[in-house]
Amino acid sequence: MADGVKPRVKVPKTAAAGEAVTIKTLISHKMESGQRKDGDGNIIPRSIINRFVVDFNGQNVLDVTIEPAISTNPYFEFEAKVPESGEFTFTWYDDDGSVYETSKSITVS
Amino acid sequence: MKKVLTLSVAVTALGLSTVIGFADADDDNLVINDELEMITETAAPAHMEWIDTIYSGWRFRTDETQALQIDDFDNPAMLTVDVALDAFSKVDGSEGKSCASCHAGPEEFAGLTASMPKVIDGKLVVMEDLINGHRAEVMGAEPLKWSGQEMQGMVALIGLQSRGMPVDVAIDGEAAPFWEQGKEIYYTRYGQLELSCASCHEDNYGNMIRADHLSQGQINGFPTYRLKQARLISKHNRFRGCIRDTRAETFAEGSDEFRALELYVQSRGNGLSVETPAVRQ
Repeated sequence: MADGVKPRVKVPKTAAAGEAVTIKTLISHKMESGQRKDGDGNIIPRSIINRFVVDFNGQNVLDVTIEPAISTNPYFEFEAKVPESGEFTFTWYDDDGSVYETSKSITVS
Repeated sequence: MKKVLTLSVAVTALGLSTVIGFADADDDNLVINDELEMITETAAPAHMEWIDTIYSGWRFRTDETQALQIDDFDNPAMLTVDVALDAFSKVDGSEGKSCASCHAGPEEFAGLTASMPKVIDGKLVVMEDLINGHRAEVMGAEPLKWSGQEMQGMVALIGLQSRGMPVDVAIDGEAAPFWEQGKEIYYTRYGQLELSCASCHEDNYGNMIRADHLSQGQINGFPTYRLKQARLISKHNRFRGCIRDTRAETFAEGSDEFRALELYVQSRGNGLSVETPAVRQ
């Protein structure tokens, strides 16, 4: 696991049925591209988050392939229609095999 | 035809009012996370002779920059604050202690930043002094670099506990001589350009200095996340930057001159909410 990785997610606690809610996500990660060299001319190995997945009650909402050009602390903001109360799960996949997960529930009134 | 005409007149009028509005602080209200109302405009403290109303620097920024401070999720400074929160309970130094060994949590410091800098044992002390002092005396740890992200993250974490409280630094009693020294520095013209702090931030706030919209130079939001530098900026770093831009030799970060200036400038913001950590251009 890379240092200082911390997922952050903002989901409204409540929503109306069928309403499109705005979801903000950010994961702190250095996102080393693999293109840079250190002081001695050696290539610094690539270390990025390469995939980001969002599910709602087991149904896929978002599946993103992330490439090395994405900058530090990748931030994704998107809208999702929420048909019923349930739980969003967010999963980030690191190059080193680590998987970071977090979830947030939302109540539909 | 008439309708089209009316519309174009309306657009012109709107454009004009935007231009006029830009000359001064705007009329936006700062409410953070939809719950914390901030005072960004208030009557100037009695000691200020030439200004009637003081404004937070937030009021001089563009809507896009302002938006970053309205929601903590969008505020990039919060990442550094999070790192500082982890460091708060991380053991460092020869005594095997962390901040958390003595302090229950950062919440303990609610209100502290609103009253800093202050005089302790005859010396004017700023937040960076308190942090490095405790690190040296209690933890036996190396001092943090003044404007480094570890230091400023910690200053911001402590300042965050006072967010929303009005700035209220003492300028009388023991603090008086330091305050006078700071005032002297504020009104002294430095450098080849012969500019004092007051030349821009008192006489010309609201005007443009080339592409930059001048604020009153309040420091109630420091440490501030500056988009230009993409990190937390200390008060002394900003003082140094301003004096450097007058083409002068500057005082050093952590010098007694800047401590005194910090006290004076902070006292010019007495009554504004602590905004730490703010976001600026």
